[in-house]
Amino acid sequence: MSLLSLVLVNLGRNKRRTILTALSVLVALFLFCALRGVLDTLEASIRVGSEARLVTRNAISLIFPLPLSYQERLLTVPGVRSVSYANWFGGRDPVDQSNFYAQFAVAENYLPIYASDIEIVAFDRPQVAGAVPPGVDPKLAAFMNERDACVVGERLFNRMKWKLGQTVPVSGTIFPGTWTFTVRAVYHAKNPAMNEEAMFFHWKYLSEKGMGGQGQVGWYVLELSDPGQAGAVTRAVDALYANSAAATHTETERAFQAGFVSMYGNVPFLIGVIGLAVVFAILLVAANTMMMATRERTAEFGVMKTLGFDDGTIFRLVLVEAAVITFGGGALGALLAKLVIEGSDFNAMGLLPPMTVRWATVLVGVAIAVVIGAASGLVPAWQASQRRIVDALRRVE
Amino acid sequence: MALVEVKNVRKTYRREAEELTVLDGLSLEIAEGDFVALMGPSGSGKTTLLNLIGGVDQPSSGDVVVGGTNLTGLRGKQLARWRARNIGYIFQLYNLIPVLTALQNVELPLLLVKMSGKERRERARHALDIVGLEDRLKHFPRQLSGGQEQRVAIARAVVSDPTVLLADEPTGDLDRKAGADILTLLDRLNKEFKKTIVMVTHDPTAAERAHRRLHLDKGVLSNGPS
Repeated sequence: MSLLSLVLVNLGRNKRRTILTALSVLVALFLFCALRGVLDTLEASIRVGSEARLVTRNAISLIFPLPLSYQERLLTVPGVRSVSYANWFGGRDPVDQSNFYAQFAVAENYLPIYASDIEIVAFDRPQVAGAVPPGVDPKLAAFMNERDACVVGERLFNRMKWKLGQTVPVSGTIFPGTWTFTVRAVYHAKNPAMNEEAMFFHWKYLSEKGMGGQGQVGWYVLELSDPGQAGAVTRAVDALYANSAAATHTETERAFQAGFVSMYGNVPFLIGVIGLAVVFAILLVAANTMMMATRERTAEFGVMKTLGFDDGTIFRLVLVEAAVITFGGGALGALLAKLVIEGSDFNAMGLLPPMTVRWATVLVGVAIAVVIGAASGLVPAWQASQRRIVDALRRVE
Repeated sequence: MALVEVKNVRKTYRREAEELTVLDGLSLEIAEGDFVALMGPSGSGKTTLLNLIGGVDQPSSGDVVVGGTNLTGLRGKQLARWRARNIGYIFQLYNLIPVLTALQNVELPLLLVKMSGKERRERARHALDIVGLEDRLKHFPRQLSGGQEQRVAIARAVVSDPTVLLADEPTGDLDRKAGADILTLLDRLNKEFKKTIVMVTHDPTAAERAHRRLHLDKGVLSNGPS
């Protein structure tokens, strides 16, 4: 027998209570890590954005478009290497309206900008051989040559059980009518935080069919020749259109993504507060359990002290006992959160990257479990260690 | 020189505004190898005196010297270490740890001493052998009779080879036969293993086993009939 085995034996004294306490800590830490996982995921969605790219949108709101004519002028701004553009389409699955996935109408030089983030993993050969524009992946030749072709994320492709060459109908909401797209290529997100449940199709198709050729752009993406010039370019672009009918608001792509997250308002804050509240509630439960466990053994601590156990050893024994319960439950809860949340592959139907619980979050969870253990064991450990032997021996529960 | 010297000890307790004097200027000497029975009515201060000799409690004034160590000068960790080395305590209600086996209960005081697990088990086994429970090593207290529990408690008290054995009503919770066995065992520990024993008892028959009988009444000590 050792002091550690003495701790373990004491934990087995009331197995039901020990297991229930460990379970309560497990559930609390599971919730805490799962909620933190939501925040991690929101943060990850921001990290998709690059500091080397700028996004220019209508200064009033993202929902107001900008004229296509801005593209030529934007290219003249010093520091801008290339300019692309896109529109949010916002269509629905005509069969199942609740089956949502993101669709973007993009310029032909849009996907090459993200070449380092995505990889074409499946594609159709073009029916008619033709050169692709410079910078465009040759695997996208069939997509480039076809007006209503689309490129879809691998995850979406698998979820919908589509096939290459399949025609996919979409009901337009912002741009009414039934739209059909032919799947010509599938991309895999090399950057795990990148949305893999999106559909990209030709902006020209949208312009011709949905906007009567008006040439309205949702936002521009400006690739910079030097990321260090981002501030200067931002100011120069917005100054160009400061007094126009459609003034612009330019920011880094990362800030643009963060803007989406900020639309959640105080939700991240609330999630954090709820997580902490759960942890605090469990701290009280664990503390109460430890108080009960040690109060029942007051006379035993008196006996142990009589045998020569000093206050410090008694203090440590009780504290370790509390820590073992909470650490065991907490570590398991945190790991379970990682396994379950990441295993669920939930991504809010493509609005977010797949849900993730970072290892750092798991470690924070484990650390919190240890702190709960220490905090819940502190008072009972102190009481057990400081009680005079004669008082402890006199105590009969 | 006496092994235990209690010099002009006074012990008071405060209960709300009232101060209760339990021991009042008590002095006592116990020689090495002696077997002393402390008798007296309830509340006379027997257990308090035992606790002072065992370093479990501190006197309000006066000195308690055991084996040349003045206990009034020791505090906290020092006192705990001294108790572990010098005192074996036997309680009326055995006070075994219910979740530990007989062997583990006896091993408990040895956790405070630096020794290998194997050596610890050997010594605990030997102590249980002395009290005649070598066949009950794996039994939990609930699986033992009162007399057997007290034997385990005695094994626990002697396992670290203490200087003094303090027994607080060791037969108080036992029937006549089991009580007699325990007294025989204490007698053997005194005679064969030369343990100095101080035993608190109400039972005159038990007290007869001791070499000396002392009577405490209202905190004042008097020699009983020898």
